[in-house]
Amino acid sequence: MTLASSARAVAGRVVGRSGEDPKGSSPPAGRPRRRLRGRAGWFFVAPAAILFLTFFLYPIVATFVMSLQTREMGQMVFVGLDNYERLLTDPVFHTALFNTLLVLFVQVPIMLVLALLLAVLLNSALVKARGGFRVIYFLPAVTSLVAYAIVFRILLHTDAGLINQFLGTLGLAEPDWLNRTWSSRVALMASITWRWTGFNMVIMLAGLQAISNDLYEAAKVDGAGPVDRFLRITIPMMRPILLFAAVLSTIGTLQLFDEPFILTGGGPSNATLTLVYYLYQQGFQSLNFGYASAIAWFIVLLVAVLAFIQFKTIGREDPT
Amino acid sequence: MSVSSDRAEPDQPGRAETSVETPEGAPPPAPPPGDAGAAGRRAILKRRVGQIAMHVLLVIGALVTLVPFLWIVIASTHPTSGIFSRPPNLLPGDFLVQNLVNLQAMTGFARVVFNSVLIAGTFTIIGVVVCSMAGYGLAKHRFRGRGVMLGTVLLTIMVPYHVLTVPLFQLMSEIGWINTYQAAILPFVANAFGIFLMRQSFLSFPDELIEAARVDGAGELRIFYRIVLPAVRPSLAALVIWLFIFQWNNFLWPLLVLTTREMYTIPVALSSLIGLSRIDYGAIMTGTAIAVIPVMIVFLFFQRQFISGLLGGSVRG
Repeated sequence: MTLASSARAVAGRVVGRSGEDPKGSSPPAGRPRRRLRGRAGWFFVAPAAILFLTFFLYPIVATFVMSLQTREMGQMVFVGLDNYERLLTDPVFHTALFNTLLVLFVQVPIMLVLALLLAVLLNSALVKARGGFRVIYFLPAVTSLVAYAIVFRILLHTDAGLINQFLGTLGLAEPDWLNRTWSSRVALMASITWRWTGFNMVIMLAGLQAISNDLYEAAKVDGAGPVDRFLRITIPMMRPILLFAAVLSTIGTLQLFDEPFILTGGGPSNATLTLVYYLYQQGFQSLNFGYASAIAWFIVLLVAVLAFIQFKTIGREDPT
Repeated sequence: MSVSSDRAEPDQPGRAETSVETPEGAPPPAPPPGDAGAAGRRAILKRRVGQIAMHVLLVIGALVTLVPFLWIVIASTHPTSGIFSRPPNLLPGDFLVQNLVNLQAMTGFARVVFNSVLIAGTFTIIGVVVCSMAGYGLAKHRFRGRGVMLGTVLLTIMVPYHVLTVPLFQLMSEIGWINTYQAAILPFVANAFGIFLMRQSFLSFPDELIEAARVDGAGELRIFYRIVLPAVRPSLAALVIWLFIFQWNNFLWPLLVLTTREMYTIPVALSSLIGLSRIDYGAIMTGTAIAVIPVMIVFLFFQRQFISGLLGGSVRG
């Protein structure tokens, strides 16, 4: 539960409020009243609770049960941890894991640095038309994943895509983007960066604007240069926001599916196969429900472990 | 936050820094004669150069962001051969109507658009009711199990729904819901992020007002929709847009549960065209434009409310 509570604290800070209200509303006047209000509380929460029970708690438990089973002649039979053992030796799964972690450890940091850079620029009083820039940069974040993946598929076309024609005009090499192992990975990561940088930039801009100007003024009086101010004030004050953005990006990366599905079909030879894509192949194309469920639980555990690590590293030394 | 809020205001008149009227790229005006302010002049020059560099960076970034959108518009008016021509067609063509006709013939796109509107619209209406009620209950009421419920909401934000698809699909087929609208709509209407967003905005509503209404004998439901809900209208607007965009763009789940062409949503129909042996990119780009442009227009109209609502009002301007 430490995860949940720090997530609450972080998110509370992100939206600029205390976020903590453990007591709820003021204590009720009398006993019958409390019972009544308890009932009212449940009345408001009940629809969501029933939906969570049916469409979240049941399937997540069912996934775990199924991950201990396999299908034999149309029947699910108990096989213990066999499916998890198979994860250890399945080279395709390892490729999918590698590809997903590659995005996580290469694309996400690049994107977050880029987003922070843009946010700092857009927070500067020297820049004009900041509202306009902010809208433009956020625009990809409301675009359908399938739609933008289709556009990038066309833009990245080897012979006649706009990107290669542009590179050709500059006299540069024209890579066979979507049909080579590494170029397809680069293409996938570039597309994701286009889609999500503005979203993260807006989150970080909110964080920057929440830092009091007095801090910078005081530092200036003490003779701190712009780099010092950025490293000593901006970064520490932005820690919760950076954590929030990192956690969101981690969750997003671990559910990557639409882009590789449309852009490359997971290819060439699984070079852009992601964990969820492999889950889809196993669960809905090969109908290996048990194995797909083991992959699902692996993803859940990976989310939990990564979020935990992020809270421990970025989240430590809370400035507020 | 109050200190910095005016820093966010773009194009604010009378600010020292914006007094630079030089268009980008133009050389800064010659410094005034006399060597008394040489250091000052150098500082101003340095600052001017930095300012131009910042704008150049931002404009390049904005162009990179906008080119794919422009390409959607241009490519939707060309046949496939026109999209992949060397040198590229950078002006709109006259093939838009033919692309629409082809798209309709291949996918029954009118029905597909209807499905998307119906599914995303119903999802949004139910979702707004469920999320705002739950957010209010969690923010302003005490009841047993509240902590568990809040924990579940946060857990659901962390867990991608994709990992639940196998048992959810089996559940749907057991109750005979495969290829129905309700299967596409219901499982994710209790949107965890939406509930959290609403809870955060209800937290700051004063308890005294709720208590006063209770003393006056107002029922709990009446207090909710007559007094509390109108006060969080900006968050509500953000929630509406958030839910609609989520479902309008949702792909994996509709791909799984909607199995025939006349039930497809726009993303599913577009992806089915990508799988064909001869891909009609002109028609696909026209469909992509239909998927992207309405959402963009709605966003542009409400972008202030949407962004500040999503971030709990911490961004202004």
